[in-house]
Amino acid sequence: MYNGGKIILGLIIFLALAAFPFYSNLGGSAKKAMPSLDTPVIQQLAVKECVKPGEYMKREHMKVLDQWRDEVVREGKREKIQVGGREFEKSLQNGCMACHSNKEQFCTECHSYAGVKPYCWDCHFSREGGQI
Amino acid sequence: MSMDRRKFLKLLGLAGVGLGIGSDFVQMSPAEASSGHGLPSSGERLGMVIDARNLTDEDFTRMIDACHSIHNVPTLIPEKNDVKNEIKWLWTDTYNHTFPEQINEYHPDSLREKEFPLLCNHCDKPPCVRVCPTQATFRSKNGIVAQDPHRCIGCRFCMAACPYGSRSFNYVDPRLYLTKMNPDFPTRTMGVVEKCTFCVERLAKGLQPACVVESGGALVFGNLADAHSEVRKILSTHFTLRRKPTLGTMPSVFYVIGGEDYAG
Repeated sequence: MYNGGKIILGLIIFLALAAFPFYSNLGGSAKKAMPSLDTPVIQQLAVKECVKPGEYMKREHMKVLDQWRDEVVREGKREKIQVGGREFEKSLQNGCMACHSNKEQFCTECHSYAGVKPYCWDCHFSREGGQI
Repeated sequence: MSMDRRKFLKLLGLAGVGLGIGSDFVQMSPAEASSGHGLPSSGERLGMVIDARNLTDEDFTRMIDACHSIHNVPTLIPEKNDVKNEIKWLWTDTYNHTFPEQINEYHPDSLREKEFPLLCNHCDKPPCVRVCPTQATFRSKNGIVAQDPHRCIGCRFCMAACPYGSRSFNYVDPRLYLTKMNPDFPTRTMGVVEKCTFCVERLAKGLQPACVVESGGALVFGNLADAHSEVRKILSTHFTLRRKPTLGTMPSVFYVIGGEDYAG
């Protein structure tokens, strides 16, 4: 092999660089996303219940929102959702965020962990003091 | 089978004609065609009558402020004097600009200079709906021409198509020009078109449109398909105008302009 030493040295340097993300993250794991349910409205609820079970909402809330959006905006089906004697508006801003007013600790917490950038917030905003 | 060039081209032409006949490219979809003004007295066809005879500048300001503050419509025009950036759901203009097809040179100045409130006409045959490539703008069953900002790609075809200037494009981030935001309603984002919605979100709660509430009775909103509704009563007892009727868009907004008031 011509220049064998240089080639092997080059390969080692390349592998060291390519594997950098892996060994640099060994040991310390990234902080787990912990969306907070601590808002004044939720605190006052006797039964803390969403439109669907929490596990389902964690996985599928985007589909729920998508379906609501089409029903409300395009089909005019604005009837409220009844769950356990409570009424929920089919609306991100007036439904979800009526309880989950803590956008930063609830929505952004997971979205930034998962590295997703939903464009909901280009138009919708947190109800808390008109904060964007 | 052999075919010469001439025969091949003939067949191709015939096939093209055949496809054209089958196409529904120029036809309205059933959803669009239904609930038009020619309806029997059933169903819902929302419309508005504007009695413009006694409306004053103060009335206009009150109505526009209510509409624009409820719907988070930014005020872009005064400081920049940049008409292009203006966002308007409800605005006013002179008689000659409102009814350009019904002008004559002998109209009194009082009529010529009179301001009329303008908004989306929620046409029966809305040209904006025909041109929208994503169906972001569509016609609801109750006649409201609605726009789904989620689907809007900002192509502005609808702005070119609308003969009434009822649509505005967000050339800049509207939030930068909102001094106060209504938390019950979203804003829009840069790059989408917006317009009057006939307050569809208020209607769902049993409320009247904001401009109607603030008009002091001059604006009346209701069901045009119901012969006993208040709008129909006014339409059957007053002479009313619609904007640019020769275009065939069939607006659902009617204007009572008087007439006898201007004589003498």
